[in-house]
This record gives sequence, C-alpha cells and structure tokens, in this order.
Amino acid sequence: MKILVCISHVPDTTSKINFTDNDTKFDTNGVQFVINPYDEFSLTRAMWFKEKQGATVTVVNVGEASTEPTLRKALAIGADDAIRVNVNPTDGFLVAKELAAIVKNGGYDVVLAGKESADYNGQMVPGMLASLVDFNFVNGCVGMEVDGTAVSATREIDGGEEKVSTSLPIVIAGQKGIVEEKDLRIPNMRGIMMARKKPLNVVESSGVIASTETQSFEKPAPKGAVKLVDNVDDLINLLHNEAKVI
Amino acid sequence: MSVLVFADSSEGKFKKTAFEVVSYGKKVAEELGTNLVALTINGGDASELYAFGAEKVLEVKNDLSTFNAKAYASIINQAADAQSANVVVIDSSVDGLYVAPMVAVAMDAGYASNVVALPSSTAPFTVKRKAFSNKAFSNTIVSTEKKVIGIAKNSYGAHENAVSGTAEAFSANVPEMGVKSESVDKATGVITIADADIVVSAGRGLKGPENWGMVEELASVLGAATACSKPVSDLGWRPHSEHVGQTGKPVASNLYIAIGISGAIQHLAGINASKVKVVINTDPEAPFFKAADYGIVGDAFEFVPQLIEKLKAFKQA
Ligand SMILES: Cc1cc2nc3c(=O)[nH]c(=O)nc-3n(C[C@H](O)[C@H](O)[C@H](O)COP(=O)(O)OP(=O)(O)OC[C@H]3O[C@@H](n4cnc5c(N)ncnc54)[C@H](O)[C@@H]3O)c2cc1C
Repeated sequence: MKILVCISHVPDTTSKINFTDNDTKFDTNGVQFVINPYDEFSLTRAMWFKEKQGATVTVVNVGEASTEPTLRKALAIGADDAIRVNVNPTDGFLVAKELAAIVKNGGYDVVLAGKESADYNGQMVPGMLASLVDFNFVNGCVGMEVDGTAVSATREIDGGEEKVSTSLPIVIAGQKGIVEEKDLRIPNMRGIMMARKKPLNVVESSGVIASTETQSFEKPAPKGAVKLVDNVDDLINLLHNEAKVI
Repeated sequence: MSVLVFADSSEGKFKKTAFEVVSYGKKVAEELGTNLVALTINGGDASELYAFGAEKVLEVKNDLSTFNAKAYASIINQAADAQSANVVVIDSSVDGLYVAPMVAVAMDAGYASNVVALPSSTAPFTVKRKAFSNKAFSNTIVSTEKKVIGIAKNSYGAHENAVSGTAEAFSANVPEMGVKSESVDKATGVITIADADIVVSAGRGLKGPENWGMVEELASVLGAATACSKPVSDLGWRPHSEHVGQTGKPVASNLYIAIGISGAIQHLAGINASKVKVVINTDPEAPFFKAADYGIVGDAFEFVPQLIEKLKAFKQA
C-alpha cells in the first residue's frame, strides 16, 4: 500500500498573529512553525499502516523552501521520503491542483490529510483533491481501517458519528480520533539523524493559476473590558436586558 | 445568471443554517441584480424558505435516505448548471463543509470558505473570511467567473424577508456514490454544540466528573448544549464529542458560558466566534477574563447552583 500524507506548515497554536506590508502578509517574525496538528494525527495513522501493514509513506507539502524543516520533522517521525512542491500556497484550490498532479503520477492508494489547517482553516484541500483525482473521500474522519481494497471509516457528524464503507483509492481528512493524542510521536535522536539522509525531492509547479487572492488581513476589533459582577441576579439581568441572549 | 443556495436539511427538517444561507444569498442576488434560487434535497416545506427571501425553490425528492457528499455535490452542480448560477452559497454544517470543495471542483469555481459578511465589493468579488483560528480575518478576492461561498455558522445570521415564492421539482441524476453509509450513531433529543444557541462549558476547575450534574442542569434550564475543555475530555471525565477549542469542535453560539476554564489560547481560538462570553472562575488572573464580556470571580460550586435556581425563577416569570 502506498500512502501519501499531506503536511501543512503552520504557526504553532500559541503564536501571536500579526501582519506586515500594509496588512498583506503574515508576519513570520518570531513565529515557530509546526506540522499542522490535524495532519499530525493523520501522519501517525500512516505510521501505523507502515508498521502493521508494510505500507510506504511519502509526505508532501506545497510550499516554499522555508517549510523543509517541517517536512524533515515528518521524516524524523518515520515517513520514508518527502516531496516539496515549490509554490507559495496562496489559495486552497491551487494547493489541491498541485497535489493532484503529484497524486496522479504517484500511484498512491491512500492520501491522508488533516480536516483543516490551523492557519487559514479553509477545510478545502482534501475534498478538492479527491474530486480532482476522482478518489473516494471521507471528511472529518475519526477512524479508518483498510482490508485489501475495502475501507471502513468513521466520520464525525453533528451530534454523533457515521460509519461508512468505501474502497481504495481514497482521500481521508483526519482529526483526533483517527489516532489518539497519546499515540502522537515525538521524533527521537535516531529518527532525526535518519531523516537527514532520507530523500526530499523538490518539484516545480505544474502551472496552476490561483482562483482566489488575499487582498488584506485584519485583526478583530479590540474587545471592550469584561464586566464583572458579584452576584447571579446582576448576571441574569445583563444577559437578558443588555446582551439579549437569554 | 442567478445565485444558488443549498438549503441543507436533516430528516426532512431544514437546519438553522439553511435560513442563514438563504438570507445571505438573497442579499448577494440583490447586489448582483439577479434572482435567488434555493435548492433542497429531501428538505422541509419550501414556504419556510420564502420567509427568508427565496423566490424560487428547487426541490429534489429522491430515495437518498442520508446525506452523501458525492451525490449532493453532483446534484448541486446540476442545479447550478440548470439555473446558470455563477455564485453558489453553502453553509458550514458538517455536510456543507464536506460538499462545498467538491462542488467547487465540479464547477471549476474559486471557493472561499468561512465567510463572515456580505461581499465588500462584487467586482472584484471580495469577501471577509475568518482565518488563523478566529485570531484574524482575510479579505479574499475570488477571481474566477464562478464562485462557491461558504458561510461561517452564526456569522451573517438569518433575516426574515418574506417573498411570495414558488417551488418546483428538480430531477437530478445521482452518480455512483463511492462511499456508503453503514450506520449513524447519534444521540437523540440532545442539543448539539453545532446547533445550540447557548453552550455551557466546563473545565478542569470542576475537579472531577462527579461534579457535572450542575453543568447539565444549568444547560437544561437554558436549553443549552454541554461542552468541555480539552483536558476534561482527555481525562475521560466527559466524552470527546464535548471537547471544544482549536483542536476540538468549534463553537459559534450566541452565548458561551465557561465554568472553571482558564482560557488558554487554544481553547479561546475555538470558541471566539461566539457572540457573548461569560466566565466563572476563582482566579481573577485567568486569561478568560480578557476574552469574556461578563464575568464572576468566584467559586463555581457556589455560583452555579445559585445561577440555576435564579434562572429557573427567571424562566417562570
Ligand atoms: C496543540 C494544542 C492544542 C490544544 N487544543 C485545545 C482545545 O482545542 N481545547 C482546549 O480546551 N484546550 C486545548 N489545549 C489545551 C490548553 O492549552 C489548556 O491546557 C486547556 O484549555 C486548559 O483547560 P482548563 O481550562 O479546563 O484547565 P486549567 O487550565 O487547569 O484551568 C482550570 C481553571 O479552573 C479554575 N478553577 C479552579 N477551581 C475553580 C472553582 N472551584 N470554581 C471556578 N473556577 C475554578 C482555575 O482558576 C483555572 O483557571 C491545547 C493545547 C495544545 C498544546
């Protein structure tokens, strides 16, 4: 089984978000980048398939050279090789089309991604990729098994879960549940040493044109100070008469 | 040209978000000087959509007993084609988020998700979207001729705008589905975090799972859903489905009440889209006080039971 794991390179969840160049660019100054948390769950599931079912695992990122440490980290966790598509990922559709070019040439059975990225939170790429390459697709996946070419998966729905059956080839958009938090791996020294020698292939754009463009960023208006009360009567009164939410 | 909205439903009843996308689509259609068409798939009564501005409702009735993303995406695309719709508006329910990217590919449309406001301009078509886990917004230009717009939940809101509408049957082909539903496991009769107007959430400050009785009671008095912080679900005090925050479920309710939750950045990122936030915490330095609108510095074990009693009286009055 050949698995491709899509890795997004995102600011750490504690990062301060600021913009530069007249609010047109994300300010990366002092920001620590990590593997997107959702992708990390999917990557960890891929490692399970590697160890238990002999799968090979390739990781891919659409991004500029600055994302390579994030790919190396995925290699240190245990992926076999990495691909970087040398494109600035400005639009979800653009990323999906670049990934589709990789998937079409790669003979992958399973593409694992995260259900969203922690930067733009678009929730676009996995579904677009699946449609572009005509693979089956399970979104918001909290569990999956592969048996031959049959796939059984569980996805989160409003207020519960749905079990589905489907088949390879497939795109999975994972989240916590596909593996648990305790299953996540921190790369060890040996993994980090080995990762340096693993192939990281850089490929150029397949010539895709973006369909959306960020004109500017803005931050939410500063919030007024909290109103403190010392009894529940005042609280109920404010929620009813001022905020009008009860 | 027209604007098409997909009015999502579950078990024959429209979701709340259906009224929000119809309201939004109506305004966009007005701005573009065109008409609005709402599509329903085994949905509710079309007149419910007329109330929010849908002049024309296309009703698909078929034997799909549950949602299927590939089938729904294909039907939405067929309807967009039949109506020459250049703009398709979809909600951010789990189903909406599942189909919208597939619709965008089928239409070869630029897709902007998480949109929180009407377009600031229609030429170029520019929308404001949530980004960086509610810590910022991006003003995005969708430059393609066809566009798919995903509306963030409880952002634009539903606005009544009654029109005299007409409904017509729409027959669409259902493609090979690829993914088959085997079973659905869903709590019945409880209010889900996704649908709730009010969410009552509690954290590690409550000390142990045995103390959740008062959280559930407060939620039931308010007709609210219950939620929790991440450590609470990691510790197994509450089910994973209640975990909210950046890595859990997003909350975009009208009122969010946080009890014994410190307000870590990852927690706030997931609940910040809620309109009004209340915190009850013993520690006046807890970061949640910076994010909240109203707060009580105090012990949950003292104030929550009082709040329940007083709210019961308030509800009866
Ligand atoms: C990558 C990453 C992702 C994360 N994602 C999430 C996420 O999605 N959601 C999430 O919630 N967290 C998330 N976290 C964890 C987050 O950083 C915090 O650790 C967590 O939110 C803290 O939960 P808490 O507020 O319940 O507990 P604590 O931080 O322990 O806070 C408990 C609070 O209760 C108060 N308290 C104590 N006793 C009482 C009392 N009797 N009455 C009233 N108040 C009392 C205390 O003053 C304290 O403020 C994430 C962390 C990381 C690193």
